[in-house]
Amino acid sequence: MSSFRQGTLGDWVFLNLTRSAAIFVLLMLAGTIASLVYGAWPAIEKFGFGFLWSGEWNPPAERFGALIPIYGTLATSLVALIIAVPVSFGIALFLTEMAPVWLKRPLGIAIELLAGIPSIVYGMWGLLVFAPVFAKYAQPLLANTLGKLPVIGELFSGPGLGIGILSAAVVLAIMTIPFIASVMRDVFDVTPAMLKESAYGVGATTWEVVWNVVLPYTKVGVIGGVMLGLGRALGETMAVTFLIGNMNVFGGFSLFLPGNSIASALANEFAEAESAIYTASLIELGLILFFITFIVLSLSKLLLMQLSRQEGATT
Amino acid sequence: MELHARRKLTNRIALTLALLAMSFGLFWLFWILFTTFELGFSSLSMRLFTEMTPPPGSEGGLLNAIVGSLMLVSLATLVGTPIGILAGIYLAEYGQHTWLGRTTLFINDILLSAPSIVIGLFVYAIYVAPAGHFSGWSGVVALAMLVIPVVIRATENMLRLVPNTLREAVFALGTPKWKVITRVTLRASVAGVLTGILLAVARISGETAPLLFTALSNQFWTLDMNQPIANLPVTIFKFAMSPFKDWQDLAWAAVLLITLGVLSLNILARVLFRDKHRV
Repeated sequence: MSSFRQGTLGDWVFLNLTRSAAIFVLLMLAGTIASLVYGAWPAIEKFGFGFLWSGEWNPPAERFGALIPIYGTLATSLVALIIAVPVSFGIALFLTEMAPVWLKRPLGIAIELLAGIPSIVYGMWGLLVFAPVFAKYAQPLLANTLGKLPVIGELFSGPGLGIGILSAAVVLAIMTIPFIASVMRDVFDVTPAMLKESAYGVGATTWEVVWNVVLPYTKVGVIGGVMLGLGRALGETMAVTFLIGNMNVFGGFSLFLPGNSIASALANEFAEAESAIYTASLIELGLILFFITFIVLSLSKLLLMQLSRQEGATT
Repeated sequence: MELHARRKLTNRIALTLALLAMSFGLFWLFWILFTTFELGFSSLSMRLFTEMTPPPGSEGGLLNAIVGSLMLVSLATLVGTPIGILAGIYLAEYGQHTWLGRTTLFINDILLSAPSIVIGLFVYAIYVAPAGHFSGWSGVVALAMLVIPVVIRATENMLRLVPNTLREAVFALGTPKWKVITRVTLRASVAGVLTGILLAVARISGETAPLLFTALSNQFWTLDMNQPIANLPVTIFKFAMSPFKDWQDLAWAAVLLITLGVLSLNILARVLFRDKHRV
């Protein structure tokens, strides 16, 4: 019976080995949260909730507020989503319903390669190649068209410098498109062929099938994909750092203005922060960022899980 | 006929827009790759691989940064991969119906997309601050934390695809579970797991944010992992923002090296795993 014993001992060892690796992942998360809270504590104690809505970021006077980086993070991410969501939908529609079979794979890979390009490459390209072109052609065009409209014209006013919230958002959009598009494509693919064929059978056009059958069937997953893209955009660091301009002063709501995001404030200032309260304030920014992305990504995951459960129930 | 014409028109407009969206995506890919190749190749020379990163305003190469990046990435992969594979095995083979398994799977998907700069802060807090200095090892820890979720995801996904009949056939021979996993199911999914590892390597090769507070950078040659160590991403960050032409040229060359490396890893991963299941 010794070989049997060996088996049970081996099983015991192996189970506990793999289980501790899984526990390790949980500890990584717990450790991250704990160390952020611990590191941020001096700032939390000193500034309280006022940290969240104070717009002052003044290292020499040791007064810190997170409003400007929070605004920059949300503004860049939301504008990026406004661009990325329709484009990703178009790409997913093209890949699932229009592209000939032999083109689906290469085009799908090409879009996924966009996600593979490192963010530092987007950053350097954005700063040295994209921003000058954007300032020369796109920004005057936007100022003369959308900029003339009431209310939203405000967003496109002022001199276009190339760098600023809008150009950071455009590059962010390019970076989030592959994530949203591939989730959309994957969830579109799970729509039962029978549903689509029935719609085609009664004479629906491709667009009507996608809009009235595929999209309602997969809407939970589509929202999950958008949330995933939002989670990615919120935490994106290097590309935004190169393009946002890193200004800690609020100059107005124009998207042409430079600003700052949480991640780029950390990237630029953390290694140089001298006083303890400066470091703690930056860590608190990191904590806020982690908190926001955690919620957004959890929602995304829950929505996508709901879609796969629904799929399991109907098939 | 009016309604029919309108429906056809809507359809045509929508499909044209979809085609435009596809071209929009491809347009950026080609623009970025074109610039990278154009500016990168013109800055490429043998000196890149023989000389160290230069002080401001003078010429030099990238040798220390290339070697530093290779060391950081390979050590991080060596540290992160076993943990990722083991945890992935637990999630797929033991923990599907346990609280621990489900929670870890959920958390892992969040870590997969969590901002990498926060990982840098974490490693700074637990390693760099207590040690009192930036170091190569802390960079390895930060990158390994990014490898783990990718490998877990790939391992878990691939093991799930192994048919249960295969497991049952091996169990029927009286094989203990750990042998079933290591000798049969893991082997059946080795291509997928390798793909995951390659994608993880591709991801960390370009990661900059977590290295800013950990490995930092070093202008000089060092193999001492207890010192700050030069690496390509942070060098690009430093050089691209500088006003010096020489530095910017070196940054473009570094961008080219990283992009070529990352894209070939991505393509290799897909060739290796030519299947309808994606990781």
